[in-house]
Amino acid sequence: MEKDQDKILKNVTENEYKYGFVSDIEMDSLPKGLNEEVIRQIWKLKQEPEWMLDFRLKAYRQWQKMEMPQWPHLQIPEIDYQDIIYYAAPKKKEGPASLDEVDPELIDTFNKLGIPLEEQERLAGVAVDAVIDSQSVKTTFQETLAELGIIFCSMSDAIRDYPDLVKKYLGSVVPYSDNYFAALNSAVFGDGSFAYIPKGVRCPMELSTYFRINLADTGQFERTLIVAEEDSYVSYLEGCTAPMRDENQLHAAIVEIIVMDDAEVKYSTVQNWYPGNKEGKGGIYNFVTKRGICKGNNSKLSWTQVETGSAITWKYPSTILKGDNAIAEFYSVALTNNYQQADTGTKMIHIGKNTRSTIVSKGISAGNSNNSYRGLVKVMKKAENARNYSQCDSLLIGDQCGAHTFPYLEVDNKSAVVEHEATTSKIGEDQIFYCNQRGISTEDAIGMIVNGYAREVLNQLPMEFAVEAQKLLQISLEGSVG
Amino acid sequence: MLTIKDLHAEIDGKDILKGINLEVHPGEVHAIMGPNGSGKSTLASAIVGRDYVAITQGQILYFREDLTALSPEERALKGIFLSFQYPVEIPGVSMVNFLRAAVNEQRKYKGEGPMSPSDFLKLMREKKKLVGIDSALTNRSVNEGFSGGEKKKNEIFQMAMLEPKLAILDETDSGLDIDALRTVANGVNALKKPDNATIVITHYQRLLNYIVPDYVHVLYKGKIIKSGGKELAYDLEEKGYDWLKEEYENSLNGSL
Repeated sequence: MEKDQDKILKNVTENEYKYGFVSDIEMDSLPKGLNEEVIRQIWKLKQEPEWMLDFRLKAYRQWQKMEMPQWPHLQIPEIDYQDIIYYAAPKKKEGPASLDEVDPELIDTFNKLGIPLEEQERLAGVAVDAVIDSQSVKTTFQETLAELGIIFCSMSDAIRDYPDLVKKYLGSVVPYSDNYFAALNSAVFGDGSFAYIPKGVRCPMELSTYFRINLADTGQFERTLIVAEEDSYVSYLEGCTAPMRDENQLHAAIVEIIVMDDAEVKYSTVQNWYPGNKEGKGGIYNFVTKRGICKGNNSKLSWTQVETGSAITWKYPSTILKGDNAIAEFYSVALTNNYQQADTGTKMIHIGKNTRSTIVSKGISAGNSNNSYRGLVKVMKKAENARNYSQCDSLLIGDQCGAHTFPYLEVDNKSAVVEHEATTSKIGEDQIFYCNQRGISTEDAIGMIVNGYAREVLNQLPMEFAVEAQKLLQISLEGSVG
Repeated sequence: MLTIKDLHAEIDGKDILKGINLEVHPGEVHAIMGPNGSGKSTLASAIVGRDYVAITQGQILYFREDLTALSPEERALKGIFLSFQYPVEIPGVSMVNFLRAAVNEQRKYKGEGPMSPSDFLKLMREKKKLVGIDSALTNRSVNEGFSGGEKKKNEIFQMAMLEPKLAILDETDSGLDIDALRTVANGVNALKKPDNATIVITHYQRLLNYIVPDYVHVLYKGKIIKSGGKELAYDLEEKGYDWLKEEYENSLNGSL
């Protein structure tokens, strides 16, 4: 046992966060601080239409009147919003970016992250939008997708090229006044992805956005908007990493999804922002608002998230089930280790008739971390025959960590059937020994047990990413047993 | 192969094993019998290296190597297998993945590369047949939702897959009906080879009708108080443990 501990400890000290490097890229950035002038400059730098300035300023004025939410089960240190850079983008030459014009250092950065931007080298069947700090640097497979009428581009391009679509949907699911971080994002957001799937089209490849924070002292505020027209289908994936730094960095994103009649959207996240070091120094504050609306009848929205990174996570991907017979799913694995904190879950708002929602949340806490599930199931008056099934499981590794469950139920229709199941368990010494006795090391045993525990959720991920996610869970847990 | 010399061990500061001596050679089947609480399972736990068993005196040698210096997984990789009395459930981990990890660890230890998935599945099919196990079991998560009998059969199946040199069956017969008992025993017998050995730990003589031991040892209050051939098991079946206990207590008194 003694020897085992040494081995595991050695592994941990050697196995640092894999994506912690910084790239030396020529950047344009605004000075630190936030005021109306900064917002005007962002607007100007991005060469946006007049209505966007209006949108941003309204959001900013709203934000000033708001306060940080106090209800999460999180200890958030004071954030000095004047000490953050709100806009930073790789220096760009005029004209549309073909790959030859992209800074080689940037291409190298994404190669190091395993996200080659050359289409021929990409994973077959995945189109990528690569965003660094406040700017999208490259979107692959745009032409291929355009043949089907699918729009997949950076949010900046979308505002320029499809202003009517963006104007119609931006802020329609998450209004700028929704919450503190949504207001901040609406005021200063840099870039992000826009996807539009036209009527009757089944998107033939996974769409994905890869977010990277690079520059120090910057906040990342990205914005994603997905519109799935009638009878269309798309599977979307986002991934994210950041350099290792002793200072905390803020990430406040918004994702909005609109799903029309008979359409289906599958949204998967593998969140691996820098979590801070073993003593809890540094790491990303991940304060994100994600919400979709099943607007049409028979529409379906499925969220899958694997959350292993960030010092603090505050995130509740939610669905408004407005259309009749709409289906919403939320599958989550949230893993916290060392001094990480997570308060995450979902909201399912049932408005339409015969709407069904499923929540499967698997929390894994190790080290000194704190992991909370917070979820709301709301059945409105007119939601006849609404169904919800929630399952919230917590797994504890060691005895210094915490797991909490905060389920909220608001049911205003008597025909609703709402079920909630919750379990808390510890990885048993007996389970580990059983594996040991078959020749499997303690570390591999824990990886295996945790992956087994999370399997229901991992099964929801697209194949290529499920394998990555499994490895990520195992790596994130290294050193959690001693 | 296995030499236990004057082994003393405690759990939570309480003496459980008080001087065990045992010698097991390749090709032998040893039965360890005894009333509840005599230390049978503790002896098994000490051999496989459970950390709550503290060895305070004596030695366990396996092929002349001191076992107590080795981690549980190293002991397993060297060919020691325990069929658990209470196999644990590991939800979400399929039997196939679990066994593949175990088999590949063993291969790695021997300096061999991992087995290809098709070879592995072939091996599983062969071994299932050998121990007469229902193939549906291996498609499920490790022991999850298995009946008592299924769990025990599954242990024997794992034993078949891992081909240990020294197998310890800890109360493998408990909770089994006669058919399951027969399946398990047939499995164990089918795996018997001249170069491997089996230690069968049991409370009842019943299992020994199917797995015939070369030696029977009676464990009582942390000591082996009687050893003999398979006839000893029949005596115990007929007379119970009381006559032995009495004999033992008397011998203690006599020596005072």
